[in-house]
Amino acid sequence: MALLEIRNVTRRFGDFVAVDDVSFAVNAGEFFTLLGPSGCGKTTLLRMIAGFDLPDDGAIVLDGVDLKDTPPEKRPIHTVFQSYALFPHMTVAQNIAFPLKMAGRSESEIRAKVQESLEQVKLAEKAGQFPHELSGGQKQRVALARGLVNRPRLLLLDEPLGALDAKLREQMQFELIRLQREVGVTFVFVTHAQSEALALSHRIAVMNKGRIEQMDEPARIYGNPRNRFVADFIGNVNMHEATVKSVEDGRVKLALGGLGEVTAPAREGARAGQSGVFVIRPEQVSIRAVADAVADPNQFDGTVNDFLYIGDVTTYLVDLQDGTRLEALLANSAPGRARFFEVGDRVRLSWKAEAGAFLDS
Amino acid sequence: MTRWLVSGPPFLFLLVFFLVPSLIMVAASFRYPGEFGALAPILGAAPGEDAGLTAENYQVFFSDSIYAQIFLKSFGVAALTTLVCLVLAYPVALLIARSPKRHRDLMVLLCVLPFASNFLVRVYAWMIILGPFDLLFSRFAVIVGMVYVHLPFMILPLYTNLEKHDPTLLDAAQDLGANAWDRFWRVTFPLSLPGIFSGSALVFIPVLGMFAIPEILGGKDDWLVGNLIKESFLGTRDWPFGSMLSIMLTVAVLAIAGLATWLAQKGMSRA
Repeated sequence: MALLEIRNVTRRFGDFVAVDDVSFAVNAGEFFTLLGPSGCGKTTLLRMIAGFDLPDDGAIVLDGVDLKDTPPEKRPIHTVFQSYALFPHMTVAQNIAFPLKMAGRSESEIRAKVQESLEQVKLAEKAGQFPHELSGGQKQRVALARGLVNRPRLLLLDEPLGALDAKLREQMQFELIRLQREVGVTFVFVTHAQSEALALSHRIAVMNKGRIEQMDEPARIYGNPRNRFVADFIGNVNMHEATVKSVEDGRVKLALGGLGEVTAPAREGARAGQSGVFVIRPEQVSIRAVADAVADPNQFDGTVNDFLYIGDVTTYLVDLQDGTRLEALLANSAPGRARFFEVGDRVRLSWKAEAGAFLDS
Repeated sequence: MTRWLVSGPPFLFLLVFFLVPSLIMVAASFRYPGEFGALAPILGAAPGEDAGLTAENYQVFFSDSIYAQIFLKSFGVAALTTLVCLVLAYPVALLIARSPKRHRDLMVLLCVLPFASNFLVRVYAWMIILGPFDLLFSRFAVIVGMVYVHLPFMILPLYTNLEKHDPTLLDAAQDLGANAWDRFWRVTFPLSLPGIFSGSALVFIPVLGMFAIPEILGGKDDWLVGNLIKESFLGTRDWPFGSMLSIMLTVAVLAIAGLATWLAQKGMSRA
């Protein structure tokens, strides 16, 4: 049985529907992420799970029990707030002890658990310090320790990495994965950062305008976006208007603007005459010198318009004959072997028939 | 040079308006009263007149326990007034701080509105209110008057403090299992201690020197140290004795403040 079930939950604020008939289930031990742009309803949903807000319709069920009559303090659900919300008048140890105290644990048990928890987040030597004496990353770890120390059934994380700088954020991502594996508590993570969601989650629900657009494992969300919104929101993507010319053998032939014909994998229900978009990730597009022969069915010549050298990879912007612009990614992993192209170089872009996708919504 | 420009003016201000007057007061407390009140000259006194410096005023203070009694009574009244103010002001300050932002200014204005009418008029009003109940000229009437006049001085610092609290902290406390009482007692209250301290100081110290309210509402039998000082300067015109009482009051307040700070620090390092 699922640990947490969201059943047809709707929440309106006046005329605005913040959460629109959302349903999903989270399994015990899972790292589940709600991903979406700001205003998509993910935080409203989180507040309803924590108990600070109630759904207008639908039910939030934990361990088979509807939580509608359970106030936040009685729910076995803890939250790590975006601002950490550490108690400024308490030391690190007192902060972590707070939920244990509220649960009426004995003095000796509290001491042992706080110590264990401090060691788990590698802050044993900071026990007596106050929050204002800690760095951002340390505060973050105290907030996590405080949320986990009493082993809630569910830990909610509201954009917990948002306030950290890039380097620290990556460290904390590894830390989060390790911590979740160690304590085995189910995490529901809310973020607008797609890279965080992909890196951390077992499953992701992509939200937009109060609805779930797609819910799946990270690799499937990235590799098989169900619609335009998901394709565009997750990662970089080339997206161009296209019409289906024919469907055969699990492939569709697409008319792509003025460019010509493109072959792509067919989805269920694809039929000739449909219009939509053709999407392909930049790393699926190969870039070569025009002279090099390739076997890929999709190949087009163009001119390098610009490029971004990022270090590990270079992103090329290539203008094709009809003006269509495609992004192609070239890994710089093999020095000497990876080709560098200059602005104005004639290049050949190509991709395999099984790359890319046609999306009709 | 820049440092002097910044710290100079306040330093000068304190020197001229605080330190020098205090020293004049200390000096006055060691002198004799003049023939027609005020201070006797230090040199060149008329024959038969006391001149020079004397510790007589302090001797009188310590030889008669009535002064210590009045001091103790005054501190008791001030402490009780402060406590009642705190208990009454806290819910009001909390209510204002948690009201929608657009209502707060109006509510604060309503709290200080009584200041728009004259102090004496407001105190006399209590005579009219308390008179029919036969409560006038009692310690109770004095406390009522003191609390009424000083309540805003407790509400405002408390409100200023409570308004700055991060509401997320209360969400976090509730999320981690704290009920309404625990949220108040373990989060709101400890975070409001600075507001409680400044409000208490703003009530306690003026109440200690207040003479008008005890005189109007307390009657002749219930004198506080403020009445004693006022009487020394304006009644018997014994300035040195009044100065001595003021100095003793200042010393007592500083001693209490020092003790409170010491206790607070001790409590802090233990926690």
